Amino acid sequence: MMSNSKDWKDRVNKTTAHLAGWTTGWVITMAVATFGPTYLWDFQQWLTIIAILLNLSLGLGMIVAYIRHLKTQDEMMQKIQLQAMAMALGVGVVGGLSYSLLDTTNIISSGAKIPYLVILICITYLVSIFVNSKRYR
Amino acid sequence: MKNRLKVLRAERDWTQADLADALEVSRQTVNAIETGKYDPSLPLAFKISRLFEMRIEDIFENGEASK
Repeated sequence: MMSNSKDWKDRVNKTTAHLAGWTTGWVITMAVATFGPTYLWDFQQWLTIIAILLNLSLGLGMIVAYIRHLKTQDEMMQKIQLQAMAMALGVGVVGGLSYSLLDTTNIISSGAKIPYLVILICITYLVSIFVNSKRYR
Repeated sequence: MKNRLKVLRAERDWTQADLADALEVSRQTVNAIETGKYDPSLPLAFKISRLFEMRIEDIFENGEASK
């Protein structure tokens, strides 16, 4: 009965490693696309386009890797992930639109920036994972 | 939903990790089921029933039905 389990654990480890690899690649290409024009290729447009397309490709790969990783998780872990994603999406949409309203109505002086929204979504996702994991412990 | 998973596991001298391995779930999931914090899906309940060679209703007790 343990052989199937070893297969399952191997699959989980494999998809986790794939996800880590794609995420690392995506972050590196994001940094290259962000800082490359200034520090590496002096704003040559075709190199910037290639860097952005490479980042986009790795981002798509990361999404596929995440879906595969999610499918190898057991049902309770999937539920925890789903609840965290729902919370992150909800907070992202509601918080993002409120933030945008603050900007368009000139209540805040600086323009709304996407990185703040991304940080909000990531923090909400991580906190939700932590809270939901504790709930089932 | 109450269940007899912890007792059945102890009778067979299995650890939570052993049971988790047999069911292809994490140890946290086994613990959550045992403590009644998580109700397994029907496919997982059938898997548990096959593993212990018992009927589902002999392992799980529907708390709402018994009220």
